Amino acid sequence: MSNGGENGLKRLSREKPLSIAILAMGGQGGGVLADWIVEVAESQGWVAQSTSVPGVAQRTGATIYYIETLPPRDGVPPVLSLMPTPGDVDVVMAAELMEAGRSVLRGLVTPDRTTLIASTHRAYAVAEKERPGDGTGDPVVVADATDFAARRVIAFDMEQLAVKNGSMISAAMLGALAASDALPFARSAYETVVGAGAKGASASLKAFAAAYDRTRSAPREAPRPPTPKRLDALPSHAGHPELDRLVARIRGEFPAEAQSLLFAGVKRAVDFQDVAYANEYLDRVGSLAALDRAHGGQDRHFALTCEAAKYVAVAMAYDDVIRVADIKVRASRFARLRNEIGAKPDQIVHSTEYLHPRAEEVCGALPAGLGAFIEARPALYGALDRFVNRGRRIDVRRLGGFLQLYLVSGLRTMRRGNLRHGREVAHREAWLARAIEVLPKNYDLAVEVLRCRRLVKGYSDTHSRGLSKFDRVMAMVPKLAGRDDGAQWLERLKRAALMDEAGTALDGAIKTVETL
Amino acid sequence: MAERSFEREVQDLRLGAGEVFRGEGILAITKALLQSGVAYVGGYQGSPISHLMDVLADAKDVMDELGVHFETSASEATAAATLSASVMYPVRGAVTWKSTAGTNVAADALSNLASGGVTGGALIVIGEDYGEGSSIMQERSHAYAMKSQIWLIDPRPNLEMLVKMVEQGFELSEATNTPVMLEVRIRTCHVHGQFVAKDNKRPQFTLRQAMENPSRDVNRIVLPPASFLHEKEKLEKRWPAAVEFVKSRKLNETFGPSEGPVGIIMLGGLYNTVLRALQQLGLADVYGESAVPLYVMNVAYPMIDDEIVAFCAGKSAVLMVEEGAPDFIEQALNTLLRRRDIQTRISGKDVLPMGGEYTAQVVVKGLQAFLQTHALPMLGNQPPIPDPTPVLHHEKIKALAEVVPPRPPGFCTGCPERPIFAALKLTEKELGAHHISADIGCHLFSILPPFNLGGTTMGYGLGPASSSAFNVPADKRAISIMGDGGFWHNGLASSIGNAVFNKQDGVIVVVDNYYSAATGGQDIPSSRARNARRKTNNSIVDAVKGIGATWVRQIDRTYDVARMRDTFREALTTKETGPKIIVASSECMLNKQRRVRPLFAKAVAGGERVVKERFGVDEDVCTGDHACIRLSGCPSLSLKHTDDPLKDDPVAAIDSSCVGCGNCGEVSEAAVLCPSFYRADIVFNPTGWDRFMARLRGAVIGWLQHRRESRRIAFAD
Repeated sequence: MSNGGENGLKRLSREKPLSIAILAMGGQGGGVLADWIVEVAESQGWVAQSTSVPGVAQRTGATIYYIETLPPRDGVPPVLSLMPTPGDVDVVMAAELMEAGRSVLRGLVTPDRTTLIASTHRAYAVAEKERPGDGTGDPVVVADATDFAARRVIAFDMEQLAVKNGSMISAAMLGALAASDALPFARSAYETVVGAGAKGASASLKAFAAAYDRTRSAPREAPRPPTPKRLDALPSHAGHPELDRLVARIRGEFPAEAQSLLFAGVKRAVDFQDVAYANEYLDRVGSLAALDRAHGGQDRHFALTCEAAKYVAVAMAYDDVIRVADIKVRASRFARLRNEIGAKPDQIVHSTEYLHPRAEEVCGALPAGLGAFIEARPALYGALDRFVNRGRRIDVRRLGGFLQLYLVSGLRTMRRGNLRHGREVAHREAWLARAIEVLPKNYDLAVEVLRCRRLVKGYSDTHSRGLSKFDRVMAMVPKLAGRDDGAQWLERLKRAALMDEAGTALDGAIKTVETL
Repeated sequence: MAERSFEREVQDLRLGAGEVFRGEGILAITKALLQSGVAYVGGYQGSPISHLMDVLADAKDVMDELGVHFETSASEATAAATLSASVMYPVRGAVTWKSTAGTNVAADALSNLASGGVTGGALIVIGEDYGEGSSIMQERSHAYAMKSQIWLIDPRPNLEMLVKMVEQGFELSEATNTPVMLEVRIRTCHVHGQFVAKDNKRPQFTLRQAMENPSRDVNRIVLPPASFLHEKEKLEKRWPAAVEFVKSRKLNETFGPSEGPVGIIMLGGLYNTVLRALQQLGLADVYGESAVPLYVMNVAYPMIDDEIVAFCAGKSAVLMVEEGAPDFIEQALNTLLRRRDIQTRISGKDVLPMGGEYTAQVVVKGLQAFLQTHALPMLGNQPPIPDPTPVLHHEKIKALAEVVPPRPPGFCTGCPERPIFAALKLTEKELGAHHISADIGCHLFSILPPFNLGGTTMGYGLGPASSSAFNVPADKRAISIMGDGGFWHNGLASSIGNAVFNKQDGVIVVVDNYYSAATGGQDIPSSRARNARRKTNNSIVDAVKGIGATWVRQIDRTYDVARMRDTFREALTTKETGPKIIVASSECMLNKQRRVRPLFAKAVAGGERVVKERFGVDEDVCTGDHACIRLSGCPSLSLKHTDDPLKDDPVAAIDSSCVGCGNCGEVSEAAVLCPSFYRADIVFNPTGWDRFMARLRGAVIGWLQHRRESRRIAFAD
């Protein structure tokens, strides 16, 4: 009977079904796409089987649909698999960039046979979004991996294309599949199936056609890193003599490397306060730039000046109630809001702002003497807090609401004398002093000290939490000053501080640094 | 009303003899029930069999025409007890649920049913929620079949076979006076295929006839001495009858050559996977031809000893392919062969993993190991086996693994449960961490980021019950969560009743979203929708008060985060003893949107003045700390990288999928987060007054804005 296998082998057919795996997130219409593909195959006389494991994944989680299809053979029904085998999939369709990555990690995409059709748009996962810093995955890594793993990659933003055509991503993905020729079915077969759908058929067909054409003309979109930063060149005329003087100062007093950042900083300072404040900003950065030159900044592309240009601007244009109110009442903001929510010209828009002032913010906006006076008297401070501390919803499109914020923003003229401003200046100077102190010994560390300003952000509790992390990181600077790799360590501490809210990663990193 | 409408599929239930049914496995089973002349159907929804319940709920007309009674059972125990209609009367009944979770709940009734036996065919369709896509503990339902002596059918996963086995299952049940379980795996439930339909049959004997002509037989009731007789009858009469039935109907199948050095025995449900594995080894083809003899157990229990013995005859070794632990069948095989003194070696879990899903990849490895030991020549002409490992070991892919984030399921956009957990997180920031007992339902997503709340989950409606031990004096109280689904399923008695009776000094949150939401939005007793066939709008508050609870708070808008938080605080700090029950109610957003959206579109088209709310973030104000996201996790609240050179981190951004639930604003207000959020109210079809006021306001505000801007020196943007 040892030949049994041999005998058996001779009778065996070599036919293989075409296999298609769809990776999607719950709610993306992966099921609709799978149904369409099955219908197309069946309409062409093929046998098709689809399966899925939606389960609770329908609630926004990652999920997979799987289809096998092949032509029938004299009435013998094929036995098709209910799940993809890694290394044995012809077409993988991923309805989001990271799902494309996941399909590669699952082994579904292999260079010998897989056509990968992926939408490059991002729907960030909670793990990416919840970090206090930037936890988003690098799309370039995904593109590198998919290019390596797949036989062929069709990748562009199918979500955007679908939305532009008033339809859903499933229609666009079907268009890409049809155009890929990975399945031996004519375009018309797909269009018949999509067109037979009940509502939205014409929009679906439009999205299908657009994706079909796009796949034929430009199937591979280069991976997009996050939005590039806007660094404007210095203008020749800024529209006002005082502004021109500011621009002239940047051009005349600072190294070329730092000029565009300084221009951004100057714009921010003018916007935050006034022209004098911008001059103050240039003075402050100017003195740092002088130190930079004195300590070999020339050979380091003036890294210290560049970082100072950026972070001194951030520190000077701190987030206070006056700035918030100022932004909220501007005409430009009114227009932008309409645009963001997609309001049509004939529609009326109201916007409710969610504000929650506390005594702390009120005292901060008061003249320094008065603010400090109240703060020093717990009973008075408590009474004030009871009076102001509650959520306030303000409709800035109504006169009453507008005036409230308009008046608060008007406090701008008295900002320099208020309690908060004094504190911000003191904090800023302490931070800069720390950088200046280590500069002679350790240039890179001084640069990194400036970059740690990134940790200070947010309002109220968030702001205090940021400050406390900033303080804890700064406290490690003396320990690192003598080390050649001090800057790397400080950078690592900063990164750890941005990992989680509670500061667990930072605790660990500090422990490590302490054992150095 | 359930999340998905089966209007179209319901039409397929009417297909007559010779017509081709195309669709999902679970719908094919539904059609098979009607073709079998079933008189009543019950069950409890849950993946993967929710669609069976949903399609029947939508199929009122078809069911009425045929005289089939359909009931949405309160629990799996209720469903199982429903089968008692078939004990004395020749009516066919079917029930369904997710297993093993549901079978656990139903076990009491199932034991009683199986002991006394049935007259009419009793079929239990269990969705075996095992492997990828499963949401429950990984166990085998097989154990229930063995311990209660219920026959277990595990058919090959194609529609024709499923339908055949439903029909045969009823006959088997009647021929052996024993209930029958039909096990379908997750992918089988959702497999798309086709079969040739038969005409639907009206029940031959109706429930009405039974009620009007009651009959009883004390020997069918589980009470001594009858219970001892039942045991004897099970083993001596019903078992041999089942073996005879399965044999004579050829319910189990053999494929491949009639003889060979080795063979493979498998459960029907694993047939396609085993065949694909054989195909990859060059030992089978896609049309089901196999070079290895195969014995397919479409009936997993009882085992047909004679068929096994015949299959093993002349083979040096046989591989048993059964998924999950324990290896019940392999053990039985070994016992059988030893008893009959047959020397064929039994292989199984020695080459296949004891636990986990049997994918083709897993089975290929097992088969290779088996054949290497017992039939090496068969591996001779092996084609290359699909293998992604060289790809996966490449450094580019390793780098990818660092980048791809996990994407577990979570609360939907605008989910009303999100603010409850945001409020609970805020409460814990004030009062410290507490022990939290979770339950089953959408609210269990609270255990995942960003909320990370909840310590255990012990079963449906058992959240508060699982806090029972934490009823001793302490500085903190235990918190328990339970959904409305779990509340009506089991929680009212097992959790609330127990807490009241034992004066459990804890906090109980009943999450009321008007539906059994996690299973697809089916109605439950407290649903607020009017349902012509059911009595809805039964108050949870009345129910808990009725059972004796005194400290009860109803919150009718969960999005009021501050109020939720204050209520939590009060419940955790009040001097009052006994359970503090908070009923937090707001409609499931998935269902609400499905309900409201068409109405809104119609109103807009009809020129009516309507307001649409949406949230947004002022990106200039947002500092990119993402504290709001850590209190939300909403899919529509995401990130955006800005072109601002002074900003390092991406800012929060709300996309167009926002449904304006209000959570973002309420949370930022209650948590004193930041002033970046705004709610935009877009007025569609504004009235003349609206337009007049808008113009007036615009003029005044515009003047003020212009006045200030003209005095300000600023760079042009």
